[in-house]
Amino acid sequence: MTFHEIIVTINQNQEKITVPSNMTLMRMLREVLALTGTKNGCSAGECGACTVLMNGEPVNSCMVLAVECDGAEIITVEGLASDKQLDPVQDSIIQTGGVQCGFCTPGILISSRALLNRNPDPSDAEIKEALVGNLCRCTGYTRIIDAIKEAAMRQKAKE
Amino acid sequence: MEKSLAQKVNSPVGENKLRIDAYEKVIGTAQYADDIQFGNKLLHARIKRSPYPHAKIKKIDVSKARILPGVKAVVCGEDFPGFIGLYLKDRQIFCRDRVRYVGDPIAGVAAISEEIAEKAIDLIEVEYEILEPVLDPEFGASSRAPLIHPDLGKYVVASFIFPQAGSNISNHFKIRKGNIESTWQKCKTIIERKYHIPHIQHVPLEPHVAIARVDKSGEVTLWDSSQSPFAQRDLIAEALGITQSKMRVIAPLVGGGFGSKAGVSMESLAVAIASKVKGYPVKLRLTREEEFYTAFVRQGLVAYFKMGCDENGKILAMENTFYWDGGAYTEYGVNITRAAGYSSTGPYEVPNVKADSYCVYTNHPVGGPMRGFGMPEMHAGLEQCIDELALEMGMDPVEFRQLNCLKEGSILPTGGKMHPTGLSQCLEKTAEAIDWGKKALPSAPNKRRGKGIALMWKAPAMPGNAGSSAFIELAEDGMLTLGVGCQEIGQGAFTVVAQMVAATFGVPYESVRLATPVDTRYSPYEWQTVASRITWSTGNAIIKAAQDARKQVINLIAEAWNENPDDLDIVNGNVISYKSEREIKVKDFAVKGLPKPDGRGWMGGPVIGRGSFMPTDVTGLDAETGQGEHAVVHFTTGAQAVDLEVDLDTGRVEILKAVAAFDVGKAINPDLVKAQIEGGMVQGISSALFESLMLKDGYVQNPSFVDYRIATSMDIPNSMQAIIVEVPQDDGPWGARGIGEHSMVPAIPAIANAIYDAIGIRFEGPPFTAEKIYLAMMEAGIIK
Repeated sequence: MTFHEIIVTINQNQEKITVPSNMTLMRMLREVLALTGTKNGCSAGECGACTVLMNGEPVNSCMVLAVECDGAEIITVEGLASDKQLDPVQDSIIQTGGVQCGFCTPGILISSRALLNRNPDPSDAEIKEALVGNLCRCTGYTRIIDAIKEAAMRQKAKE
Repeated sequence: MEKSLAQKVNSPVGENKLRIDAYEKVIGTAQYADDIQFGNKLLHARIKRSPYPHAKIKKIDVSKARILPGVKAVVCGEDFPGFIGLYLKDRQIFCRDRVRYVGDPIAGVAAISEEIAEKAIDLIEVEYEILEPVLDPEFGASSRAPLIHPDLGKYVVASFIFPQAGSNISNHFKIRKGNIESTWQKCKTIIERKYHIPHIQHVPLEPHVAIARVDKSGEVTLWDSSQSPFAQRDLIAEALGITQSKMRVIAPLVGGGFGSKAGVSMESLAVAIASKVKGYPVKLRLTREEEFYTAFVRQGLVAYFKMGCDENGKILAMENTFYWDGGAYTEYGVNITRAAGYSSTGPYEVPNVKADSYCVYTNHPVGGPMRGFGMPEMHAGLEQCIDELALEMGMDPVEFRQLNCLKEGSILPTGGKMHPTGLSQCLEKTAEAIDWGKKALPSAPNKRRGKGIALMWKAPAMPGNAGSSAFIELAEDGMLTLGVGCQEIGQGAFTVVAQMVAATFGVPYESVRLATPVDTRYSPYEWQTVASRITWSTGNAIIKAAQDARKQVINLIAEAWNENPDDLDIVNGNVISYKSEREIKVKDFAVKGLPKPDGRGWMGGPVIGRGSFMPTDVTGLDAETGQGEHAVVHFTTGAQAVDLEVDLDTGRVEILKAVAAFDVGKAINPDLVKAQIEGGMVQGISSALFESLMLKDGYVQNPSFVDYRIATSMDIPNSMQAIIVEVPQDDGPWGARGIGEHSMVPAIPAIANAIYDAIGIRFEGPPFTAEKIYLAMMEAGIIK
């Protein structure tokens, strides 16, 4: 097993971490840094529960090796809120009741944030498409979609 | 001040309070079992599993695995001879002489990493003698089938389960009511159909995970994702031969249950392995592939229906036979079989009933409880037959159902009487919401449009003495801590229990916190978080606990103020007197009490309220006739309707609108009820259109999210409507009864009936995939 030292910015904190070459970003977050908000639902890139932002793009962190993150900027669910202020999607998903068991929620929130960053005014179809890689077994998705619409509206009102 | 007004202002029951657990879930701090940090002493477990559906174990050689560096323990069945099982003790923790399904655990390894544990598993050598597998429940029930459990007659079994020794039938539930044979000739129309409902899986987003540690003294601690911490304490302790108090289960938030995390499945493996490496926490986490077939699956069903009605459309008789594909063992299967039996007529009054519901051992994955507990499977065929009967009679399916469905006082298939129910209202409101009777045009020439409707009923299927309990404690700041043993599995239980305790005691919803995670060492007893029973059963316990604490507080203040307790009330965290109009904050005396009025000493002290609840009026059913006074505590009823299109070019079904109405007695939190209805509806739609655990020769062909498709955001109906009907339950808190499972029940037949309305084709069973529909349309000559 080879080990690598990487420098990675996670939720705006720079970390110097030594990781084995086969360690995934998901395992590094959960097991090395105890950032357990990122969930492991399948370890196969199929459920979206481990979605994080890597240099602004949503990725399945179970499909990315930690060594690939050298020099990268990662945002996890723990990094969405700032200064006690929730991200609009976090707040709106509470208001619309789009959280049930909560296991898919971190990945859903990250995918939603990525969508609103690239498209501040998404249509229903665009929202559904952005969520297609995030499986949810509890909610039937409808309140999650409502939350993203609500967050987009609030974001617009703020601007 | 007026008493009734004060109470009204005070009560959070019936309000759309935001979920108590939502904040921690959106910021990523909510803790699930796999998130708990155990440090570098943590060992990782993997399981050696059977590669055959049915075989004798001739030899197990673990010597190579034992000497692999990093391996701390290798355990096999010989160390754990005890039997385990909720209703029928038919299973050992590890197989000893025989494997009964692909994935059956044979040995377990604990190692310093998952990779080493996996390597060690590969080094375990097992010699098998392959046996003929049983792959069909109907054949399995016959005398020609090889026996899967030759010792069935020796297993310990609950009094209401009837296994047949010398066969593969682990339970045979019967109803014999009226005179079925002489009734057929009185029927104007008779329908006879066969349905096959495939196995599906719960697919919680969080896979099963259990971490066990056994101390040198033999005390066991188990952290796991669990709907049933107390049942696990009981059953695992018994299997290990230790007392229940030596077994502690700590159960954090559950990332989706749907029944899969009820009872005991893989948790006992973690405990068994940990017992051989005392002092080390041992984590067993199922891979997604293991999740698909080594935990529980929803068992398959082969169902025969025969039903007839008179010239007015009144149903006279039903003769239904169910063969449940229970799989290799029956943690719950035997009771699903029973529930389907006593509910076998669906929510209709039928004077003559013959029902046989068989739970059959097969060499398939283990059937467990899944949202609906047999009802989605049973209603799938039944509600299509009802439609066919109506159409054959030339009657409107809604009118036919209205004529026959259960009303208050209707005689149940088990002989008792139906309690007040809003079933007719649910039917009426659902039909209205879907514009029943108005034929809508397809959106394009290559599409056919149809509407379908289905009814449902379901009772909590549980032992008559399934209990709940709760405590409440007041803190210095006036906050109220509620202790419960029920679990938050996403359904919103923690929110609803907080609303109920706040309403009863007299504090705002925001003043309640929960004593969680559930820990069997400190938390009050709860049978299990299953059967949609928590709002009703735990709710009743909570009311008693809150009333108990309330009484202590009011008596104390009445004494301090020299007033009559009847004049006092607790409103918004203040004790008030309607007579003297005095007022005192609960926090001013909650822990430290009050000085006596004469200044000589103190009165009061820390306040703890306690309450417990157990149904007392459930009676047994006669083994031969299935007749009895009060078979279950109550039935939640409801209806669902869909408006859909079938694409003639692809066979794809698109659901334009889905509506559902359920009689929940009283919605403690209407928004959460609606969320349950929507979520269950989509899970039901997913099971109707996509899901099937493809079993070939006992092997699951599609154990991944790529091959086993569940509904995504792209598959939901364009519009969904959830309707709440409230006909109170006399023994429910504020009149409430359960709703968690019911919303999934009518989806398959509602969709099947709508597909028939659109293209005139019926199928033997779901899933109604595009491919299946396309080929059927070709065969029927609808397309070329």
